Amino acid sequence: MTAFITRRVLVSIFILLGASFIMYILTTLAGDPLEDLRTAGGANTEILMAQRTSALMLDVPAPLRFFLWLGGAAKCLIPFGSSCDLGVNIAGQEVTELLSRAMGSTIQLVVVAVILAIIIGVTTGIASALRQHTPFDNGITFTSFLLYALPSFWVAILLKQFFALGYNDFLRDPVIPPLWIAVIAVISGFIWQALIAGSRRRRLTVFGGSAIASALVLAYMSLTSWFVRPGLGPVIIALGSIGIGLMIVGLTAGLRNRAAMLTSGIVVAITMVCYFSLQGLLDISSDATIGILAIITVAVGLAVGLLMRGPDMRLYMRIGALTAVLSSGLILVDRLMRSWPVYTSEVGGRPIATIGSETPGLNGDIWVHGVDSFTHLLLPTLTLMLISFASYTRYSRSGMLDVLNQDYVRTARAKGLPERVVILRHAFRNSLIPIVTLIASDFGTILGGSIIVEQVFSFSGMGALFQAGINSVDPNPVMGYFVVIAVMTIVFNFLADISYSALDPRVRIR
Amino acid sequence: MMTTSDNRAEASSDSIAGLSQGRLILRRFLRNRVALAAIVVFILIVVLSISSVGVFGIPGWWKWTHIEFTAVVDGGRPTLSIIPKWLGGAGMHLGDHPFGQTLVGFDYFAMTMRGIQNSLIVMFVVGALVAVIGTVVGAVAGYYRGLIETILMRFTDLVIVIPVIVLGAVVGKIAGNAGLGALGLSVVLGLILWTALARLLRGEFLSLRELEFVDAARISGAKDSRIIFRHILPNAIGIVIVATTLVMALSVLLETALSFLGFGIKVPDVSLGLIISQNQGAFGTRPWLFIWPGAFIVLLALTVNFVGDGLRDAFDPRQGGFNPKRMKERSRS
Repeated sequence: MTAFITRRVLVSIFILLGASFIMYILTTLAGDPLEDLRTAGGANTEILMAQRTSALMLDVPAPLRFFLWLGGAAKCLIPFGSSCDLGVNIAGQEVTELLSRAMGSTIQLVVVAVILAIIIGVTTGIASALRQHTPFDNGITFTSFLLYALPSFWVAILLKQFFALGYNDFLRDPVIPPLWIAVIAVISGFIWQALIAGSRRRRLTVFGGSAIASALVLAYMSLTSWFVRPGLGPVIIALGSIGIGLMIVGLTAGLRNRAAMLTSGIVVAITMVCYFSLQGLLDISSDATIGILAIITVAVGLAVGLLMRGPDMRLYMRIGALTAVLSSGLILVDRLMRSWPVYTSEVGGRPIATIGSETPGLNGDIWVHGVDSFTHLLLPTLTLMLISFASYTRYSRSGMLDVLNQDYVRTARAKGLPERVVILRHAFRNSLIPIVTLIASDFGTILGGSIIVEQVFSFSGMGALFQAGINSVDPNPVMGYFVVIAVMTIVFNFLADISYSALDPRVRIR
Repeated sequence: MMTTSDNRAEASSDSIAGLSQGRLILRRFLRNRVALAAIVVFILIVVLSISSVGVFGIPGWWKWTHIEFTAVVDGGRPTLSIIPKWLGGAGMHLGDHPFGQTLVGFDYFAMTMRGIQNSLIVMFVVGALVAVIGTVVGAVAGYYRGLIETILMRFTDLVIVIPVIVLGAVVGKIAGNAGLGALGLSVVLGLILWTALARLLRGEFLSLRELEFVDAARISGAKDSRIIFRHILPNAIGIVIVATTLVMALSVLLETALSFLGFGIKVPDVSLGLIISQNQGAFGTRPWLFIWPGAFIVLLALTVNFVGDGLRDAFDPRQGGFNPKRMKERSRS
């Protein structure tokens, strides 16, 4: 397995070397870097041109310049050294410095979008495959076609101009008119009945139940101005944690497994105790405290599983840890929500941001800053996610359908395994194999999409760096951008390969 | 009684009588209502865009062109009305500026139509180039194997690893400097988008070249080029057509995105992406400037994608495309 991964990583490094050569040459071909000076036509044009020529080594032929650049870039591989040299841009600034300023927001944006797209896309695709030939399935397939055809810049502007501004306007008087409540309730009821499927009577019950439930929730939110002062409160957190626990146990061990139920029950109880006792600590937390708390959370979950003993101990440990992480996530969300009013008043009552990756000069604790990142990243991430969500849905749907027709799935059913085990243990794992290969190629799409999204939302991220580089025929910033995305591509390929060999035992032999 | 047995005989002779592969595929495609509707909508868009503002200097039936200043009427509001009078609307008519006007007074309908034309140029030129380059690279690599294959496929890897919009921006800038407009842009985009087809076709050739009919052709003295293009390629034509169609849909999205970023089609010409970018500041007060070009981009990409999926389904029904009617039949049986 190590040999397999090493070989794959080596191959991708060589490919990226070649690709960066192509990029460098093409960028130098994209125009004349001295054009602005030539057209300006001042008295000292000659001197300025000579200066820029020597600073950017324009007298050296482009292929040779690439190798000079490569020599500098290779120094970045030396660990803990500050000898990294990616050259200077046309204005004489160090590219490494520009990159370190621009990288953070782009990487955050892209990674969150990829992970969310995978999780939501694969889940939807599998749900769609399990409900094959139903209106739900057709609806999902049509939606994915539609998302495929949506230009990302158009979606970005749509969200920015109409959703963000509309929501901010709505917050001035956050009352949902009864007609809208009714419409949303009917739509949600319709989606739920399509998802649950089954007999007509069952569908009608689901439709009525979910429509009434969502109408009640919306009415409650509207009447209590929840949108201005959001929060979950102990009751929702308790119910949510119990729901999470039941779902995890139901999916992994089955609801009849008493030890598993006990594990997640204990974890949920601990979570609720923590909710009441830790609020004071959360108020004064820093990033490090949250990190430590996260580690403790996982440890407690594992420990509860460990207490159960028995042959399935590892399963219980997983259940404990998962329940602990997800339900304590609810506490964090609740805490973030309670900082919402503070944040809203801080930014003048229009919380959903449409420009940049953070509010400049914002005061407040980590929660206010957390809300700030959320409001800035929400729409760009959503845009990026929608693009690749479609391909994950389609791939996982067809992958799941392929697997469900395999003989070993029929065998699993025939020997009387519960449907849960057949789907999750036998089918799901194998249906993931084609997805893993998709991740690597899809990652490039998202990185490219981030250039557009950054432009629409005026991020000063790497996309802006790239665009400015191309526009001024300046290869160094373009290559700086390319190096970062190349490294991210290698990392994602690496992760994909690892999960590949974890999913497909045949890979280990090679 | 007589008629039913006649029908039955006809039906069975249909399936038994030697229908050519092409007829079978065409029949399967025509039975796919979604794809058929998509192709009708697509042709309507093509006809509308070409006939309205004309092409190659021939004027169309529309009164303005995309470079003509007109006096701004009623804040540039669109005059298109589709609600008939008897329903309480303003009647069905186009009016002077059906899609409204820009801030400076260009007719938005003419601009949108011109933008669609440019998107269509990009789509078809890219499609043709991709079909040729991808087919040759994939076929040669898959047929000859060995060193040629290694070189060609490693080169494909190099191109495929660069995100397509990054590569497109660079080559778009180069084409923009050359000043060839939409045609130049589509040529360079065609030069970078052939990789997916080449990979797919090589895979297909690797398995097809081992089959007996290839040996038979070789023994009867056919040259390599004849074996590749006359014997193997017809067996893999489905892949070429489907992959090319999907790339055509992608190229519309890519062209508009590049024009939006400023690396594609430039003023004074018009692209659907460019006019969205130009009027970005005015969407708050004039949302129609946002809606029309975007809607046509979506329609173009969506219809071509549906056609591509219908073709995939027609060439290889086992893969299962999006065809609600057949899905129902399948689930019943």
